[in-house]
Amino acid sequence: MRGDQHTKPALVELAGVTKVYGTGGAATHALRGIDLRIEEGDFVAVMGASGSGKSTCLNILGCLDTPTSGSYLFRGVEVGRLTRNQRALLRRHYFGFVFQGYNLLSRTSALENVELPLVYRGIPAMERRRLARRALAAVGLEQHEKHSPAELSGGEQQRVAIARALVTEPQVLLADEPTGNLDTARSVEIMELITSFNRDRGITVVMVTHETEMAAYADWVASFVDGRVESIARHDEVA
Amino acid sequence: MLYNAFRLALHEIRRNVMRSSLTILGVVIGVAAVITMVNIGSGATVQVTEQIASLGTNLLIVTPGQRMGMGQRAPAPAFDVDDAEAIAREVSSVAGVAPSSSRLVTAVFGNENWSTSVVGTDNRFLEVGNWSLEAGREFTESERRAGSAVCILGATVRRELFGNQDPLGSKIRLEKLACQVIGILQSKGQSTMGTDRDDLVLVPLRTFQRRLAGNQDVRLIQVSIDKGSSTEVAEEEIKRLMRKRRHISPAEDDDFSVMDLKEITRMLTGTTQVLTALLGAVAAVSLLVGGIGIMNIMLVSVTERTREIGTRLAIGALEREVLTQFLVEAVVLSSFGGVFGVLLALIASVVASKALRVPFVFNPGIAIVGFLFSVGVGVVFGYFPARKAARMDPIEALRHE
Repeated sequence: MRGDQHTKPALVELAGVTKVYGTGGAATHALRGIDLRIEEGDFVAVMGASGSGKSTCLNILGCLDTPTSGSYLFRGVEVGRLTRNQRALLRRHYFGFVFQGYNLLSRTSALENVELPLVYRGIPAMERRRLARRALAAVGLEQHEKHSPAELSGGEQQRVAIARALVTEPQVLLADEPTGNLDTARSVEIMELITSFNRDRGITVVMVTHETEMAAYADWVASFVDGRVESIARHDEVA
Repeated sequence: MLYNAFRLALHEIRRNVMRSSLTILGVVIGVAAVITMVNIGSGATVQVTEQIASLGTNLLIVTPGQRMGMGQRAPAPAFDVDDAEAIAREVSSVAGVAPSSSRLVTAVFGNENWSTSVVGTDNRFLEVGNWSLEAGREFTESERRAGSAVCILGATVRRELFGNQDPLGSKIRLEKLACQVIGILQSKGQSTMGTDRDDLVLVPLRTFQRRLAGNQDVRLIQVSIDKGSSTEVAEEEIKRLMRKRRHISPAEDDDFSVMDLKEITRMLTGTTQVLTALLGAVAAVSLLVGGIGIMNIMLVSVTERTREIGTRLAIGALEREVLTQFLVEAVVLSSFGGVFGVLLALIASVVASKALRVPFVFNPGIAIVGFLFSVGVGVVFGYFPARKAARMDPIEALRHE
């Protein structure tokens, strides 16, 4: 398994990362000092009860948020020092996001939804269409490219969202409870899809989940408790 | 990027056709109002200038008495024919002098009667006032000298007394004077002040003085100045001459006045221009209100689409790109308003100019300005909502329900 090869450079390195919302007495400590090292090609599951800081950690990893203190190095770059726009460019070029609530644009066709990240990458329309079709085909939705989210089932919507996250062939896929709104059969479908992208294309995956069944797909699991990483378990070591 | 934003904007507008059309209605009305007001204003200005030009260019009007505020006059002795002749003789660059006196008289023909202004004057009145005859002839020299009972009718008097009959050769009665119609004036229409300039009857000055007024007075002297000569110089000369003839000591004020038509033109066009500007300003306020409507809807739209904005930001849209997207949407909305406003203004200007009997003037400059203004309204009122969208925190935006 890739996770074993410690010779690889770290893609993501969190050191003593804290996140505090609010100030003074009203301050909430979402993260209380996280150290995490994720290497290229890893499939990491982040587990924990709600309020344990796992989503905050994912937001920081995805450069949507910055640490209050501590250091986050992405490919050796200190993200905390970047401007808002620089972080946006980082997201644009290295990250794909899958949200629990899908967050597809309503009244917009599946194909156009998948094209969206390519628009911001400045890819010409023809090429955009071709790549988006290919991504939709990869998630098995080539028949539904004209459909708007309202015309798709939850599982299909999430597959469109995954196609959108992967159409740019990002280095890292960040998924926040991607199966949270789906039944077991759909969840398995989605997880197999994500696993295949990790395995076949070497896309690093960080997935937040609170379901052990889903976490089982990952190479290793980081368990969060009260803003700290309580344990890191490697499936290949355990199994 | 801009092309994409434009496409997105159209997509968004098509998604909410009803809301979008209601939103732009404010701008449509605003732009249409501004353009229509200015068009009507320009029409009115054109009308004023045309009418004054039709009165005769380089015309000076000399009247006894000094104007005291609103139309009041201090009593002063009238002129006489000699005063007019003196002006003709002694003032340089005079092209024509037409002395006249007038009075309101009821003209009677058969069963018809019509109260009109009877003007005692001579043929020079026609020349100085740019009148031409539609039918018949001018006064002859002997008629002028003898003070014969002959008259020339204005178009209105002719219509009121004779209808479709031919009045030439008929006799109309002006109080005790029965006079033969020898000519009909070409119609001049309404004056700038809204009075009917065709409502008059011309008789020889001497006839008027003897048979209607019973005195030798001349109440008005119209003086036309050679083209290209200065009316100011002529005005000064006339004043000097009249002061001398009327024995006014240097300490006293003039007891007569000399009005320059150019000055009146300036005054009147100035008035219509101020009025135009004022109406335009009022209309601009409605455009402003339209802009606020756009801002309102854009704010609603930004709030509604918070999750979309969050998604875009998460995917890697720059602040600038989100700002552009919403700004372009506002500008596209308001420009649509501008285009429809210009079209509406075109229709409204035609209708309004017909209703107000003002010549139709479509000023393409103001149409372009109106359109650009609508674009500007979109930029100004779209900026705040767009900035709100661009500055959203992607995490919170994604969580927004």
